[in-house]
Amino acid sequence: MATVDLQIHSHEVHAHDHHEHHEQSFIRKYIFSEDHKIIAKQFLISGMFWAILGGGMSMLFRLQLGFPDANLDWLKPLLGEWIENGKMNPEFYLALVTMHGTIMVFFVLTAGLSGTFSNFLIPLQIGARDMASGFLNMLSYWFFFASSVIMFVSIFIETGPASGGWVIYPPLSALPQAMSGSGLGMTLWLCSMSLFIVSSLLGSINYITTVINLRTKGMSFLRLPLTIWAFLITAIIGVLSFPVLFSAALLLIFDRSFGTSFYLSEIYIAGEALHNVGGSPVLFQHLFWFLGHPEVYIVLLPALGITSEIIATNSRKPIFGYKAMIGSILGIAFLSFIVWAHHMFVTGMNPFLGSIFMLLTLVIAVPSAVKAFNYIATLWRGNIVFTPAMLFSIGLVSYFISGGLTGLILGNAALDIQLHDTYFVVAHFHLVMGTASFFGMVAGIYHWFPKMFGRMMDARLGYIHFWFTFIGAYLVFFPMHYIGIAGFPRRYYSHTGFDAFSTFTDLNQFISVAAFLTFAVQFLFLFNFIYSIFKGRKASSNPWYSNTLEWTTPVNPGHGNWPGEVPTVYRWPYDYSKVGADDDFIPQNVPLSATLSSNLEHEKDLQKVEQIDISSPNAQ
Amino acid sequence: MSTRDEIESVEDNGVSLSMNPKKFILWLFIVSIVMIFVSLTSAYIVRQAEGNWKLFELPSIFLYSTIVLLMSSATMHWGYVNAKNDELQKLKIAIGSSLFLGILFLWMQMEGWKELVSNNIFFSFSNPSEAFLYVLTGLHAFHLVSGLIFIIIVLISSFKHNIHAKNLAQYEICLTYWHFLDGLWLYLYIFLMINR
Ligand code: HEM
Ligand SMILES: [Cu+2]
Repeated sequence: MATVDLQIHSHEVHAHDHHEHHEQSFIRKYIFSEDHKIIAKQFLISGMFWAILGGGMSMLFRLQLGFPDANLDWLKPLLGEWIENGKMNPEFYLALVTMHGTIMVFFVLTAGLSGTFSNFLIPLQIGARDMASGFLNMLSYWFFFASSVIMFVSIFIETGPASGGWVIYPPLSALPQAMSGSGLGMTLWLCSMSLFIVSSLLGSINYITTVINLRTKGMSFLRLPLTIWAFLITAIIGVLSFPVLFSAALLLIFDRSFGTSFYLSEIYIAGEALHNVGGSPVLFQHLFWFLGHPEVYIVLLPALGITSEIIATNSRKPIFGYKAMIGSILGIAFLSFIVWAHHMFVTGMNPFLGSIFMLLTLVIAVPSAVKAFNYIATLWRGNIVFTPAMLFSIGLVSYFISGGLTGLILGNAALDIQLHDTYFVVAHFHLVMGTASFFGMVAGIYHWFPKMFGRMMDARLGYIHFWFTFIGAYLVFFPMHYIGIAGFPRRYYSHTGFDAFSTFTDLNQFISVAAFLTFAVQFLFLFNFIYSIFKGRKASSNPWYSNTLEWTTPVNPGHGNWPGEVPTVYRWPYDYSKVGADDDFIPQNVPLSATLSSNLEHEKDLQKVEQIDISSPNAQ
Repeated sequence: MSTRDEIESVEDNGVSLSMNPKKFILWLFIVSIVMIFVSLTSAYIVRQAEGNWKLFELPSIFLYSTIVLLMSSATMHWGYVNAKNDELQKLKIAIGSSLFLGILFLWMQMEGWKELVSNNIFFSFSNPSEAFLYVLTGLHAFHLVSGLIFIIIVLISSFKHNIHAKNLAQYEICLTYWHFLDGLWLYLYIFLMINR
């Protein structure tokens, strides 16, 4: 009797009546929701909000950099006291740069990107009804929300938000006397980021658990789409590195508010010696960059995963070197933990140690090159469908390569001593991290929009968006290399004070104008996004003829994702244009026995196993 | 991929690898806590190597508190055996005594800090070595409080007879966490003894 009982209460039946029979209240369904799809959308919308805000800040400081002599009084209604006699307050400029960096790196490209796509795609692509813990998932979003609120509030306080750069190096960030942003603004920054770390850990832990434990039948690790591999490894990097940022922040909090001296030593302010003795500001840099470098991959890897999926689908070809792709993700992840000191070549570290970090840093070029090569090989002679998502993915590859190349230059300690903290670094990371990841995020939105909202985004607007953004971002960031090689330091309020840099006034103006245009085009995307949610063309359930499991769900997947049983997986996700097949794609849930004409040699053996599996009485 | 591998991967359909997701989540939490302490103790060593480092004596009571914590781990484990054998009365005693020993440990840590203060070893306005000592022991105590809350939850479940041979998951998770906190303290204690 007991066994019969168990049978009836099997997973499927249970999940089924769970989502058919009781209507949830609005609040449970859309606000404090535990459904991964809703949470993904919450992250997406929040991320877009932050992207507009962070992007808008960069418009303000580009205004200052491009047109240092302009009268900015017209901004007074917006910025109030921060505009003094028609000029931007220099400390406010620093606050803008800091907030821009923090917002973009953490709130947009970490929470907005991973939060959206890991949440949305992991259960759908591995064939799970939801995340391992819907409750923790919900907490993850609301911690992020609280962190967002605090960061947002900090922008409006009288002394201004944190201003010491997104890397918050002490002593600048530790001493409220150092600058006005290091007062309350910095305290709020630290509170906000602590909550952010909690949110990120809760999210990552959930992603890892889900991928490892909740895969559907047949979904072995070597059948996972590369998106999932990327999300999984990203989450693992997060679990290992975010706690270290927490340690760094904790000691900074103690230094700021409890009179300890972890990072502070022998400092005079206005002729008076502070009590702090024995601290080491370089210690902070070690702790920070132990997170900081992996963080750049936390930002990039999901974008690369999304790109893999989109490029394979729209080239109508299997991804080139599937296992090499997994290997390179693992390699990058491993290496990312042992190269952090390349951000610190000028801290006076032992030259021998510097050489070791230089070597390890340059080794990262190998797995990175493997990825770039595989993308190009996948595109090569493919039957390419140029959807907006595809264009943005190809754009990502372009940016990844051009930004990665300058990484090799910076990775050489001898060259970095000249280039460190110049606009060359700004150019490097905006190409390889900023723009590339942003392109990945946008590509993902275009590609999975039909599954998220049941409608299509307008392709024509997408093309316009792509070409303006692609060309625009190059016009913005490429010239920065020259300014950087000439030695112009980053985070300087004004370059007109130095004769050496006055030749770059035109170039700076050019960059600013390009930046304004590129930013403006994003509103086209925003319009397309909002308009399409309500008025877009109705989508079919698999509009891109893709193989992965999310496209086997109904157009609007409900709670539990699949109305009936979760599909079983019989093949890897990249059976595109297989010789002998009826169609140019074979979804993962199609058994080998249904595709006899296209099965490869070894699949014939597999197919026999599969049939035994199906016909055996205790198969589920 | 060879045919053998493929066939194996068909059979390895995810089910074989899975463990209780909640336990898995706990292990990942443990990993992130470990990373906090690994980074802090590394920072400690790096900072120590730079010199200007004040030596300190660990409070003598820490030795006894270590023993108390080890005992609490043992009683927790005894509880596990009882739960497996459905000895629910003994189970409650085991959990209760673990809770008691855990609180005793916290109190002894507090005494330890008082001893430090009376030896002029302070958290604020002091050498980083001394501040580190407080940070490491304090952060451990903070995590221990979370463990105690967990034990209280388990104790309540045991009074509701929700823990027995067929329903061990919650207890196992709590047990693992508590053992971890115990091991963490052992690590910190030995670390601090060696690297004063
Ligand atoms: C071949 C691979 C790469 C190498 C060798 C490399 C090397 C470097 C080096 C040496 C620096 C320090 C420059 C300085 O501050 O003086 C740097 C900065 C940076 N890199 Fe890379 N990089 C590579 C790829 C990437 C990727 C893939 C990303 C992001 C996804 C990235 C993001 C960044 C960021 C954000 C910074 C600047 C951080 C800051 O100071 O604010 N890099 N890179
Ligand atoms: Cu780096």
